[in-house]
Amino acid sequence: MSWPALLALAVGTYGIRLAGILLRDRLRLPERATRLLDLGATALLIALVATAALTEDGGFAGWARPAGVVAGAAAALLKAPFVLVVVLAAGVAAGLRALGIP
Amino acid sequence: MPVTLADMRSAERTVDLRDVAALAAAVGIVGMSYGALAASAGIPWPLVVGMSLLVFAGGSQFLAVAVVVAGGAPVAAVAAGLLINLRHLPFGLAIGEVVGRSWPARLVGAHLLIDENVALTRSRGTGPRGTRVYWLCGASLFVAWNLGSVVGLLAGGRIPDPAVFGVDAAFPAALLALLLPSLRQADARRVGIAAAVLALAATPFLPAGVPVLVGLAGLLVALRPAQEVRS
Repeated sequence: MSWPALLALAVGTYGIRLAGILLRDRLRLPERATRLLDLGATALLIALVATAALTEDGGFAGWARPAGVVAGAAAALLKAPFVLVVVLAAGVAAGLRALGIP
Repeated sequence: MPVTLADMRSAERTVDLRDVAALAAAVGIVGMSYGALAASAGIPWPLVVGMSLLVFAGGSQFLAVAVVVAGGAPVAAVAAGLLINLRHLPFGLAIGEVVGRSWPARLVGAHLLIDENVALTRSRGTGPRGTRVYWLCGASLFVAWNLGSVVGLLAGGRIPDPAVFGVDAAFPAALLALLLPSLRQADARRVGIAAAVLALAATPFLPAGVPVLVGLAGLLVALRPAQEVRS
């Protein structure tokens, strides 16, 4: 890593972020298109959840992590406070790993 | 005692603060592991700190470190990092209006657009509460990430792998919990399932970050019923 590389990554990332926000302001969209943009964010976030929960370096992440995520999701479905969801997910994954389950 | 609007607002604020604190704690821990990992990869400290301040996108920062460890070219780290961060563009399109209308708000707010902030803000709607949460969460996560990076850098090898604390399970669970309200709608559920299946199917074959973008194709299942209704 060097400063030119770092700055290229920083400027590029900032440009991507700003572009979305500015485009949103420029576009006068019908209701249906606004809904699709919102669903697009849902699609990306769910894709992020699925890949982060189950995969690591292109392969299976092991059982501890998805088990923790399932525990957290179950707590969320039962309307547990968000803090508890986060702590429970981490705790279950950490506990399973302490027991030797990767 | 009757519940007033002021009581509700204050209860909302407490919940928002608590949720932001939970996310910030998790982000801080991951920031520590980034700092420790980058230092052990031999990256000079100004670059480690500078990356957290200027890039502020965990996935691409870890990837940059991994490329350095693997002896890859800086250009490869930049290209791969930008590919991962490409999803921020549709995020900005989706929630851009909560950032604010003024130029200073948009220019500063753009830097705070990260996954966790998008997920939390969306769960609070697009009104004034969404705007308040966007800035509160964005600023808190920025501070937590950068403080964590510095602590990790200083502590070096004494920082254990965050997997020991299960933080890697906390993030997907947190995002999912924040998405649940929007998944009450049938079209969002269909899109979500399609997105998850597509992204997982693509994971073994595509570089990091791209499977998530592939998940965007899950939108296709939302296009169909609307056309049927119209015909």
